[in-house]
Amino acid sequence: MKRIKKVPHFIGNGLLNTAEGIGKAGYLLFQTVYWIGRGFVDWKNTVAQMVEVGWMSFPVIALTSFFTGMVLALQSGQSFKNVFNEPVFIGTVVGFSLVKELGPVLTSIVISGRVGASIAAELGTMKVTEQLDALYTLGTNPVRYLAVPRFIACVTMVPMLSIMSNIIGIFGGLLVSVYKWGIPSTIYWDDIFNFMDVGDFFHGVIKSFIFAAFIVITSIHKGFECEGGAEGVGKATTSAVMISMVMILVSDYFLTYLLVLLRIG
Amino acid sequence: MIKVSGVHKKFKSKQVLRGVDLEIRDAETLTIIGGSGCGKSVLLKNIIGLLKPEEGEIFVDGKETTRLDESDLLEVQKKFGYLFQGAALFDSLTVGENVAFGLNNMKTIPPNEIGKRVLECLAMVGLKGVENLKPAELSGGMKKRVGLARAIAHKPEYIMYDEPTTGLDPIMADVINDLIIHLQKQLGVTSIVVTHDMKSAYKVSNRIAMLYEGKIIGAGSPDEIKNSKDAVVHQFVEGLSQGPITLNLDKNF
Ligand SMILES: Nc1ncnc2c1ncn2[C@@H]1O[C@H](COP(=O)(O)OP(=O)(O)OP(=O)(O)O)[C@@H](O)[C@H]1O
Ligand SMILES: [Mg+2]
Repeated sequence: MKRIKKVPHFIGNGLLNTAEGIGKAGYLLFQTVYWIGRGFVDWKNTVAQMVEVGWMSFPVIALTSFFTGMVLALQSGQSFKNVFNEPVFIGTVVGFSLVKELGPVLTSIVISGRVGASIAAELGTMKVTEQLDALYTLGTNPVRYLAVPRFIACVTMVPMLSIMSNIIGIFGGLLVSVYKWGIPSTIYWDDIFNFMDVGDFFHGVIKSFIFAAFIVITSIHKGFECEGGAEGVGKATTSAVMISMVMILVSDYFLTYLLVLLRIG
Repeated sequence: MIKVSGVHKKFKSKQVLRGVDLEIRDAETLTIIGGSGCGKSVLLKNIIGLLKPEEGEIFVDGKETTRLDESDLLEVQKKFGYLFQGAALFDSLTVGENVAFGLNNMKTIPPNEIGKRVLECLAMVGLKGVENLKPAELSGGMKKRVGLARAIAHKPEYIMYDEPTTGLDPIMADVINDLIIHLQKQLGVTSIVVTHDMKSAYKVSNRIAMLYEGKIIGAGSPDEIKNSKDAVVHQFVEGLSQGPITLNLDKNF
């Protein structure tokens, strides 16, 4: 009986903590944008972060998108063959799926595992070893020195990576179309470009930008709020990655809905 | 001058500071002693504004600091140098970059003099040729001394030393004692030292204050503290296991 009484309390606390977390993360976003707006950007650090996020993530993004494009061509070709007796419109399926959905989503998922985790772990370690406190005593603010460069790096590099991922994935699809299904490459390209327009492209880019902001703010927030030594850093890292992934997948639906409503893609 | 008045601080349900009153006069060195976990580091962090008390006021040069907004607080914090108990070096930066960090931010000296100042500060704490090492390559005592070099580099008016001699050999500990005295005598720095090293406390302090059960008991000159009639102070400075301070140990041996 006692245990059952604790349940509402438990849920209540959970909701309060979540609300508090969202509030703090929102405030962090506000502060970050504020410092960027005032022009307080440490470019040396920002470029280093851009290299870390963009360049270092490129190989894994390239590999995963190439295979994603290939499997899309394989699956759609097979399905259409079953239905229509020949593999048609493979370029259209591969192109739309990548540009509007899989490019941004897969890139963001990979980035939340690679970059989000490392941001949460690095900043969390700095928090528990008092390096964040030390920043204050040496005349700077952790948001300015640590959050701003990481934020700029993510919101610029993730959309770029997502565009790269589209292009590489489409080439993966091309490979399968030509060699597995024997479709001439001109038809593959026509299938893509006869149907796709600029709106579809922006649809994907806008989503990847918003996903990037989710990932980086969540990870920085988890790092800054980290408590309790190595264990705390581990927890912060796990929850940063988990929350980012869930937010990407759930918000994807609503963002798509909204963008379609606004006639973007 | 720093004035701490009625400061209370708690974490969750754990009350750490229960009304601390303390005054640190200009150009004096005040040492805070007290048992492990009694809240000395927490008190220093409240004074510099890294933690906010639930109750009470803190004045730095007459300005109340516990309710300042962030940018005003940052200005006050620039007057301080802080040696963290765990050194808190930035481990992504080299030793040289660590020591230069505050100088680069606060722009107190021209950029072309920063390199020289960094070497000077490292030399003051007995370190040479380590500028290009990363903190992970240093010993515990070396980290502490780099932390000290970083805290004094921008020539702050106030320096807070959280256990400056812990982890150092006796000779190096005395070198650091001399440095603390030098900074006070030559540059008129006002210091707060937290230490368990009574020898160091007697040597560097103008006054010693003991923190016990969340309050300051018996502040006085080193001699007054040494000969204190207060049972708690006496037990602590003499390092006796028997007395009014009980550590909640399981005394079955
Ligand atoms: N961030 C924090 N969250 C929760 N509790 C804390 C925090 N910081 C300190 N405490 C608690 O406050 C008390 C005082 O800690 P503090 O670090 O000030 O001790 P101290 O006097 O400096 O001890 P020592 O001499 O061992 O360094 C401790 O019991 C500690 O558990
Ligand atoms: Mg301490």
